[in-house]
Amino acid sequence: MSARRIFARPARFSAIAPYVWMVLFFLVPFAFVLKISLSQTAIAQPPYEPVFDLTAGWDALKTALAALSIDNFRLLISDDLYVFAYVRSLTVAVTATALLLLIGYPVAYGMARLPKNWQAVAMVLVIVPFWTSFLIRIYAWINILQHDGLLNQILLTLHLVGQPVVWLSTDTAMYIGIVYSYLPFMILPLYATLAKMEPALEEAAGDLGAPPWQVFWLVTFPLSLPGVGAGVLLCFIPIVGEFVIPDLLAGSNSLMIGQTLWLEFFTNKDWPVASAAAIVLLAVLLVPLLLYERLQKRQLEQGR
Amino acid sequence: MRKVFRLSRFNIASLALGLAFLYLPILILVIYSFNASRLVTVWGGWSLRWYHEFFNDRAMIEAAWMSLRVAVSSASIATLLGTLAAVALSRGERFRGRTLFSGMLYAPLVMPEVITGLSLLLLFVALNAERGFWTVTIAHTTLTMCFVAVVVQSRLGSLDRSLEEAAMDLGCDPVRAFVAVTLPLIAPAIVAGWMLAFTLSLDDLVIASFTTGPGSATLPIRIYSEVRLGVKPEINAICTLVIALIAVVIVIASLASKLSSAQGESAAPL
Repeated sequence: MSARRIFARPARFSAIAPYVWMVLFFLVPFAFVLKISLSQTAIAQPPYEPVFDLTAGWDALKTALAALSIDNFRLLISDDLYVFAYVRSLTVAVTATALLLLIGYPVAYGMARLPKNWQAVAMVLVIVPFWTSFLIRIYAWINILQHDGLLNQILLTLHLVGQPVVWLSTDTAMYIGIVYSYLPFMILPLYATLAKMEPALEEAAGDLGAPPWQVFWLVTFPLSLPGVGAGVLLCFIPIVGEFVIPDLLAGSNSLMIGQTLWLEFFTNKDWPVASAAAIVLLAVLLVPLLLYERLQKRQLEQGR
Repeated sequence: MRKVFRLSRFNIASLALGLAFLYLPILILVIYSFNASRLVTVWGGWSLRWYHEFFNDRAMIEAAWMSLRVAVSSASIATLLGTLAAVALSRGERFRGRTLFSGMLYAPLVMPEVITGLSLLLLFVALNAERGFWTVTIAHTTLTMCFVAVVVQSRLGSLDRSLEEAAMDLGCDPVRAFVAVTLPLIAPAIVAGWMLAFTLSLDDLVIASFTTGPGSATLPIRIYSEVRLGVKPEINAICTLVIALIAVVIVIASLASKLSSAQGESAAPL
């Protein structure tokens, strides 16, 4: 016990370097996003009117504070484009997460039922695509879904369709891309809880006469809820802000918030509006983010 | 008795379909990269034509070189910082600001990349930093050190702490005990963390797009701008090369983690 405490002292000091790094490159940047979201757009380089100049003293600061504007936020609320983008982002994220749960659960369940040495193999097989480049995996789907791509060729050869179906630039393509990219994130936490479950519980329910679907619904599923929670958060949060998948696979008539942010920033060069959009996105995700952090902390620190 | 609920046909089918869904698209991409025909859909026989094209594409090669340099440097810094963070969190007991620290480390794991990218860019602009290799490296380090911290922390959590304590009872000071006992035991996790950081950096498009400057595009940025214009066989070849590189990295990382679990088991009964 005392050795543990003596060991803890230098261990604490090792926090200093990563702490400083994260404050400097993770926390402080948010202050800049907030600051610029409150400033006026300007045609300049960088393209915004700076609001604070700390070297100018207290009076200057006071006038600067008075000049702060919430115009960018007002624009976000009043312009349909942004409101629709937020609504669409949330709808897409909810739908995609539900699809992921529906597809990922049976796979994770199958993995947990495998013999122990096969489970390790299956886990590696699920993790490997996560290591493979994200962009490449989306590109692989463009190959398949394009007008004269593999999917249409197969459908035409089988005479299932009379003429090529338009897959690219549709919501279907986008959902395929999202489910494909995020599936490992859903399967792994589900598998982790399902594999730890005591099989005797399911057997007992079966012995007492419950049909399989009832065993699943009354025993297995409730016990796997921590894994469901982790998987849902791990997918939902990044999908809300997703940019690459909707940009490459979905049509351009309705945008997600990650896309509008990108557009404002790179195409319209309106940094203040892009910053305001980021702040609103962050506010929308605050509750799920905090939930996720608590889960992650509990999971990593329960061994202490 | 224990095997009443065995693998059902449904279990096997869902597993097979799930894995096929994960692997078929990548397999198709790799096969088409060897297609001699310019049309992606027409099979013109096996050929290395598109690989040849890639090696003669100066801009692509430069982007690939930039990506490799960024990935190696950011993974190395991230591994150092992430390991330090993991040690502080799993061995440091309570300290002031611990909640904020762990919060800052776990949030980037799920934070939408557009937010991370935009916020870092605004910082670099405010600091008047010249954007290019170093800004991308710093951005990638910030993201990937969190992944390293999680990997190393979970390894530290499963270690038997009485080993360190025994070393200290035998007269080691804490630093010596850490270097002589803990570090060798977590070394495989550190290697796996480096590999993960390397592949994440090699893969990133969004954060790199925000934080890089003119004339220093990374490979994903180049690929992305080509893909937006449509499918090109050369891209298939580049993607296959990246997949091959990552496959090598995965093999090394899984060997390292195998070593890690073997050591962990032999260490446990001590």
